[in-house]
Order: sequence, then C-alpha cells, then structure tokens
Amino acid sequence: MTARTRLAWAYLSPLLITLALVAAWPLLRTIAFSLTDANLSDLSQWQFVGLANYVYLLSDPQWWRAVGNTLLFTVLSVGLETILGLVIALTINAHMPGRGLVRAAILIPWAIPTVVSAKMWAWMLHDLYGVVNVLLMTLGLIDRPWAWLADPTLSMAAVVLVDVWKATPFMALLTLAALQVLPQDIYEAASVDGVGPVKAFFHITLPLIRPALLIAIIFRGLDALRVFDVIYVLTGNNENTATMSVYARQQLVDFQDVGFGSTAATCLFVIVALITTAVITLGRVHVSASGNDR
Amino acid sequence: MTPLVLLRRILFYALVAAILFYTVFPFYWAIVSSLKSGSAIFRVEFLPAAPTLENYRALFAEQSFARNIVNSLIVASVATAISLALAVTAAYALGRIKFRGRAAILFAVLSISMFPQIAVLSGLFELIRAAGLYNTLTGLIFSNLILTLPFTTWVLTAFLRELPRELEDSAVMDGASSFRIMTEIFLPLMAPALAATGLLAFILAWNEFLFALTFTLSNEKRTVPVAIALITGASAYELPWGRVMAASVIVTVPLIALVLLLQRHIVSGLMAGAVKG
Repeated sequence: MTARTRLAWAYLSPLLITLALVAAWPLLRTIAFSLTDANLSDLSQWQFVGLANYVYLLSDPQWWRAVGNTLLFTVLSVGLETILGLVIALTINAHMPGRGLVRAAILIPWAIPTVVSAKMWAWMLHDLYGVVNVLLMTLGLIDRPWAWLADPTLSMAAVVLVDVWKATPFMALLTLAALQVLPQDIYEAASVDGVGPVKAFFHITLPLIRPALLIAIIFRGLDALRVFDVIYVLTGNNENTATMSVYARQQLVDFQDVGFGSTAATCLFVIVALITTAVITLGRVHVSASGNDR
Repeated sequence: MTPLVLLRRILFYALVAAILFYTVFPFYWAIVSSLKSGSAIFRVEFLPAAPTLENYRALFAEQSFARNIVNSLIVASVATAISLALAVTAAYALGRIKFRGRAAILFAVLSISMFPQIAVLSGLFELIRAAGLYNTLTGLIFSNLILTLPFTTWVLTAFLRELPRELEDSAVMDGASSFRIMTEIFLPLMAPALAATGLLAFILAWNEFLFALTFTLSNEKRTVPVAIALITGASAYELPWGRVMAASVIVTVPLIALVLLLQRHIVSGLMAGAVKG
C-alpha cells in the first residue's frame, strides 16, 4: 500500500503547505515576536528581551481585567445561549403548524454578519434614541433611559445580549438535530408509565442529547473565548468589556507594540489550547460515561 | 378541549410569538430605520411616516460602498474557491485512503480551526507586508484561508467517509486511476455537500473582520464589515445611523435570502462541521 500512501500525501500536500504558510508559520512568528521588543513601524528592527514581556503582562491589572472579562463573557453568553437554544429547539420540535417558518426565522440572526448585528444593536441600545429604552420605558420597567453601552455596570450585559441574539440559532439548530433523532417509543412508554413531560425532559431528553449539547457548547465556548468583533464594534477598547483578543490587538496595532501584543496573543492561544484539551478530555469521559449508562 | 389544554396551547403560541419577535424584530428595526432620513430617525415609529431611500443613495453616492461590496465579493468567493479546491483533494486522501498519520493531520486541521485569529495576527502581518500584500485584496484572500480551509476540509472529509466502499472498488477493478475516481465518481456525489460547505465558507469569509481591519489601510480596499464598522458622520459624536442601517440591510438581505433558500443543506452542513467534531 505504499503507492496509495504516497498518493495520499501527494493529494494532501497543497493543503498542508497552505496551512503551514497561513497558520503554523504565523503562529510561530507570533510566539517568536513575544520574546522581542518589535515595533509595528519596522518589524525588522528588534531586540531579544527574553521573558520580560511575559513578566510585565502578568503584572498588568488591565490584562487580568481582560482575562476576567473574557471568562465572564464566555460563561454568561454560552450559558444563556444553551438554555435559550434548548427552549427554541424544543418549541420547533413540537408538532405545530408553521414550524418551518419559525426555523427559517431563527436562521436570520445567524445569517447576519457579526459586525452588522453589533451595529444594529448599538442603534437599538442607543441611550437617547434607542428603541430598547423607549420600549422599556413604555412598559414602565425603567424610569429613565439607560446608557447600555457606556455604563460600566451595563456594558457587559449589553455585549452578552448581542452575542446571545446572534449565536443562539446555532445552539438551537444543533440541539434540534439531536432532538429529532430521539426514539419516540421511549416517550410513549414513559407516558404509559405516567411520567409527566417535565420529568421526561430531565430524565430522558436531557441525558440523551447531552453528548450533542456538549459538543455545541464546546464550539460556542471556544468562539466566545476568542471573541473580538462584537466587543470591538459595540464598545471599542473600553476596559469594562475588553476581552483578551481586544487587549492584544490594542497593544499590537493601536500602541504598535508588536512584541508585547504578541505576548498577550500567545497567552490567549495557550489558554484556549489548555481549555480545549481539558474540555475534550473531560467531555470524552463524560460521553463514554453516559454511553455506559445505556 | 379542556380549559387546561387551551391554556397550555395559548402559552405555547405566546412562546412561539416571543421567539419570532426576538429573532426578527432587530432586523425589521434596521430596515425601518434605514428608510428614515433627517430627524425622522430619532422618532420611534414602527412604520416610517415618510419612507425614503435617501440613506441608500448617500451610501453609494457619498462613499465607496459599491467598491466595498465588490471587494467583499472578490475576497469571499476567491477564498471559498481556493478552499474548496484544496479541500476536495485533501478530503479524498483523508476520507478514502487509509495511511499512517491520517489521524494526526485531521487533529492538526481541527486545531487550526480553534486558533484565535489574534494569535496569528502579528506573524501574518509580517508575512503579508514582506510579500507586498499589505492593503491588497490578495492579502485578505490569503489570510481568510486560515478560517475557510480547515472548515471545508473537515466537513468534506466527514462527508466522503460516509460514502460506501463499493463505490471505488469496482472502479479500481476496472483500472481507473485515483484521479479519475476522485473527479468522476466522488466529485458528482459531492455536489450538494460542496454547495453547502461553499456557502458556509463564503459566509465565514464575508463576515471576517479582524484581518480586514488590520491588513487594509484605505477605504478602497476595505471589505463590507470594516466599511460598516468605520462609517463616520460629520462630527465624531454623531454617527449617521440611517446610513449604517442601510448598509446593514444591503449586506444582509442577500445572505438571508441564500440561507433561507438553502436552509436544509445548511443545517446538515453545520451538523457535519460540528457534531462530528
């Protein structure tokens, strides 16, 4: 089979060369830059500074603020997206007239570019003319307009809200796919045994869709850890919402400090890699454990 | 129908209505806002009293939005085409040939799709500047490959793997070359998967923001997301919201139309990309 193996590598080589050029090499260069004092204006002039950037980064409260913001954003947005996605998926999965319409409707936020959805919401959340404030005041829920994007206590909630709107359809679609392959006879047996719908949901549906749900959560979680667009467009570099990606880009581009910015980028990379490995390892244990139950 | 069943049904449809309102209203509001000009945009009217296309006219007459659309179309379609071409051959090797190192390559491809974009930013910047591609569409096409290539490879590999073995067995016995097997047997079968994967890759590249923001300098080279994010008004404090909404509607309508048209394929494409991870 050596001929076929050689063939396989021949077919793979264009992909591998391209990925090496566009992904592996830039990543290695970023890591290399993180040990230097390189500046954006002239990348060929730099001095090796060892771990100085890392020492400085780890002592920078702004960086830790960004780490905290990223984790908070990830937990809140993915948590809400999971719950909301589950509710929407269960609704669409119920037999009703017009379910195709609802499924089509939830694809709209998904199809809208992130930057566009951020701008749409920035306008809706505008402190003076935003429709959200007007609606909430009409309903009597707030007594004066809220500055959603400027108020330090509200801005994180606002960016989470926008991300949830955009990403929930993804969760709903993946959950729906898992729901649609569930065997119906279990539910019939359960209802014969007098098991109510709520109990059936927690004891039958949820355990059965857990593996699929877990994978969707991992995908969304990794997206959320890297988040840049939605935060940058809604609140810029504001420290109340700046995530690790926003922080790193600000150092790299706005302050032209390629060395230090690359350090932050490398740390984000390491954090994402560690979390990915941990989640996949734990997830595998989880999935196989639920497999043994059956 | 007992009152309890009736109540449950009412609650259920209230939930459906709430979901529809939640998902559709923001886009509806963008359309309504884009049709208001002057001070009308600052009044909350759920139907514009005097609808006007002034914002749309201004977008094309007073700034290079048409240019930005063309840029986005070029970047997204070329990146998609390159990704599909490379992914088809790679997926054939990964999905139909057993060889040592296959699992490692699949793992590498998956890992690259997990890369934070920011982690390659400075390295890519250096590469693009050294190649003289800074502020060019070619530079953007190249950098978009890091997003589209792992995704297309992964999904097409998953698709090819599912096809039955007998497909190539008879062809191999007839002495067909592997290239002919790939192009004449598998390629036609892959058409629906290619369409769905291609559309998703196109959307990925169309929506890309960080590279487009960092690797371009002049408005003539910007793609749509960057152009929209950087629309500014006469004063730094007042954004022309009507124009921003008009731009948002223009770039979103074709996407929504495509997605609705191909929704069945998209759902299955998303499944292959995520569930088989």
